[in-house]
Amino acid sequence: MKTQSILICGVGGQGILTASDLLSDVLLQAGYQVKKSEVHGMSQRGGDVISTVRFGDQVFSPLPALGETDYILAFEKLEALRNINYLAAQGIVLVNDFEWQPLPVAAGFEKYPQDVVERLRRLAGELVLIPATRLAAELGNDKASNVVLIGLLASRMQIDKPVWLEVLRKKVPPRFLDLNLKAFESGYGFKA
Amino acid sequence: MAKELLSGNEAIARGAWEAGITFAAAYPGTPSTEILENIIRYKEDIYSQWGANEKTAMEEALGASFTGARAIVTMKHVGLNVAADPLFSASYIGATGALVIVSADDPGMHSSQNEQDNRHYAVAAKLPVLEPSDSQEAKDMVLEAVKISETYDTPVMIRMTTRTSHSRSAVELGERQAPPAVEYKSDFAKRNLLPGNARRRHVAVEERLKKLAVLSDSFPFNALIKGKERVGVLASGISYQYGREVFPDACFLKLGLPYPFPIELFRRFAAMVDKIYVLEENDPIIETFARLAAPQKEIVGKEVFPLLGELSQDVVRASLGLKDLAPRAPLDGVPARPPSLCAGCPHTAFFYNLGILKVQSKGDIGCYTLGALRPLSAMDTCVDMGASITVQLGIEKALEKAGQTTRQVAVIGDSTFFHSGITGLIDVIYNQGKSTVVILDNSITAMTGHQENPGSGRTLMGQAAPKVDILKLVRDGLGIEHAYEVDGYEVKAIRELLKREMARQEPSVIVVRRPCVLLYRKARWSPARVDKEKCTSCKTCLRLGCPAISTDADGKSLINVSLCSGCGVCIQVCPYQAIAYADESGLHISSTTLESFAKGGGK
Repeated sequence: MKTQSILICGVGGQGILTASDLLSDVLLQAGYQVKKSEVHGMSQRGGDVISTVRFGDQVFSPLPALGETDYILAFEKLEALRNINYLAAQGIVLVNDFEWQPLPVAAGFEKYPQDVVERLRRLAGELVLIPATRLAAELGNDKASNVVLIGLLASRMQIDKPVWLEVLRKKVPPRFLDLNLKAFESGYGFKA
Repeated sequence: MAKELLSGNEAIARGAWEAGITFAAAYPGTPSTEILENIIRYKEDIYSQWGANEKTAMEEALGASFTGARAIVTMKHVGLNVAADPLFSASYIGATGALVIVSADDPGMHSSQNEQDNRHYAVAAKLPVLEPSDSQEAKDMVLEAVKISETYDTPVMIRMTTRTSHSRSAVELGERQAPPAVEYKSDFAKRNLLPGNARRRHVAVEERLKKLAVLSDSFPFNALIKGKERVGVLASGISYQYGREVFPDACFLKLGLPYPFPIELFRRFAAMVDKIYVLEENDPIIETFARLAAPQKEIVGKEVFPLLGELSQDVVRASLGLKDLAPRAPLDGVPARPPSLCAGCPHTAFFYNLGILKVQSKGDIGCYTLGALRPLSAMDTCVDMGASITVQLGIEKALEKAGQTTRQVAVIGDSTFFHSGITGLIDVIYNQGKSTVVILDNSITAMTGHQENPGSGRTLMGQAAPKVDILKLVRDGLGIEHAYEVDGYEVKAIRELLKREMARQEPSVIVVRRPCVLLYRKARWSPARVDKEKCTSCKTCLRLGCPAISTDADGKSLINVSLCSGCGVCIQVCPYQAIAYADESGLHISSTTLESFAKGGGK
C-alpha cells in the first residue's frame, strides 16, 4: 500500500496532539506502520500547531511532502488555509467551523480574512465544515471538540469503527470516557 | 515482544531503563525535556534529578559513572555549550560505568536561539556520536552507547534533533539488563586531571579514537543498503528518511555512528555508485569526511543542499531543482499566529509597565522572552541563559566610561536565575553596577512545560524539597540592600517600584512573584467583563497583549470568558472603569495570597 498522510492543525491548547496520538494508535492497531510528527515549544503558547501522521506498509519520513496529504483535519478555519498546500489533488479537508483570532488580529494590527471557506472550497477535493466546538459544548465540554473531529475523520477512512472505539476506551481516562464516546459518535454521524 | 508508539524522547528513556542505567540528570530544554520526564516512569529503578544547569547535570552524571553506575545526562544543543567544560574533561577521564550524553539539536530553531550542529562537539572532544533516524533506533542506540562506553572507556554522545525527538514510531520493547555493581574506587591517574595525568590521558584518547574508527566500519547501525541505480546517498539521522522518499531506487549508506567516520565502509559504498548525494542537517560533517576518504568521487553536498534549517522531502527536491508534487496556492492575507503570553500570565503587567515607562529591557530565555513581541514590545536583547544581567552590566559600564548615564532593567525568570543568573548578579555587586535586575518568579520552569526547579519546593522524583528563597538569597546572601518583592498582578505597585529603583544609583533587585497561571485550577475563578456603555474603544486593555481580549464589531473591547482567568490586570489598567469581574463576590485569583497558593491552592 502507498503511504498515506494526514495533517492535523489548529491552535495550541485545542487538543491537537491528543487527537494525533489517538489516530496513530488506531492506525497501529489496524496493522499499519505508523510515523507521527509534532512541534512543541514556543508554539504551545497560543501559536499554530501542526501534527502529521503517515501510515502504510513501509513509512520513511514522518512528514508528508507538499501536495501529498490525503486528509487535512483542521481545528480552526484559518489554520486549514495556512496548511492547504500540503493537500494532495482531490484531498479531503475536514474543518471545525470555528474562528479563533490570532493575537495580531485581536490587537487590531491585522485582519482575519473573510474568504477562508471559499478559498478552501476552491482548493479541496472535498470540504466538510463541522461545528465541532459547538457540538462538544452541547455534550458538556468544548474541550472534547478534538474527538468530534476524530469521529468525522473516522467516518471518511477505511478502518473499522470498533478499532476506533477500542482505542478510545483504552486511552481516555475513565471519567472523560462517556463524554468522548458521545463526541466521537457526534462526529462520526455528522451530516453537513 | 510488545510494540508501542513512542516519541524519540520516550524511546531514549525506555532505552535508558533497558540498558540498566541507574542515574539520570538534566536541565530542561526543548526538544530534550521529555527524556527525563519519561525516565521518572521508571523511578523504582532509575534515580533522576534536574540540575541547576547543564554543567552541574553533566558533572553529576560523571560522578555517578565514577562509581561504576551507568549514567545518562540530557540537554538541548545550546545546553551543551554550558556543559562543554566537563564534556572535554570527561573525554580524557573516560567512563567507569557507562556515561551517555544526549544532545537534542534544533535545526530550524523551532524553540532556540541558534541551530548549532553538536556533532562538532563530538569531533572536538574526540568522542563517538550516534545519530538515530527514528524511535526504534533511538532506543537501540542507548543500549549500544552503553556498550561502547564501557568497552572503549569513553563517554558517548547521542545526537537527537527536534524531528527525531518529537516524532513517534513503533518500538519493540525489551527487558531491563541488570545494572552493574557499584563501588567507588579511587583512580587518581585517570580522574585527577593535573597536567601530568592529563598528558597521559590525551595519549589514551587518541588511541581510543583509532579503535573506534575500526568499530565504525563494522558497526551494525552503519548500514549499506543496495538499490537499483548506481546513484548513492550518504545520510545520517532523520535525513536518511527524507532521502528514502526522494531517491527510492538509490543505494544508501546510512550512518548511525557518523563519527568516527567509517572510512573503509564508505570506500566500498563509493565503489558501488557513480555519484553520491550527502544528506545531513546543518553542517557538512560526514560530507567533509567523505570527500577526504574518496577525493576522486563525484560528491554532491552543501553546495546544493542548505546549511540552514531542517531538511525535508520538499527541501531536498527543491535543492535538486525538482518540481513540487502539486501546484502551490498563494497564501496572501493569512495572518501569522505567533505565540503569546497566556491569558492571566503574571509577567504581563510588568512588561506593560515597561512600555508605559518607555524602557527596553535586556532579556533572557523563558516564556517571558515573549514580552519582546508586540504589543508589549519591551525587550530588545535576548542572548543566552543568564545573559540579561551580564549584558546589562557591560552596557552600563561602557556608557559610564563614555560619560553617559542610562536607565537599564534586566529581566530574568526564576529557573534561568538559578541556571546562570546568580553568577552574573555577583558580577554586578562586585563591580558596583547601578542597574535594576527584575526576577520574574513564577515558581516553576514554565516555558518547557512546568518542570520543578530549586524554587518550586519539589524534586523531579516528586519529593518535597527545600525552596531556595530568591529574595533572601539576594538580600541576605549576596548583600543587595535594595531588594524587594511585589505581586505580579499589582500593576501600580510594580510601576512605582520600577520608577524608584531605576532612579537609584546602587544595584537593586525586584522579585515579581506570582505562580504561573497554568498552575491554578482555572475553572473556579470569575472572569472579567466589559461594560459596553463605559468602554470608549481607547484600546488601553489591548496593549496588554492578553489573548482573552479582542474587539467586537463596534470596536469595543471584548473578553473571551473561556480564556479569561480573572487575573484582574485589565480591570486595573482601564482608564474608564469599564472592566469589572463578572461576579464581584466570586473567587478571584488576584485575591489569593502567594502563601495560600504555596499551601496547595494550585495543581
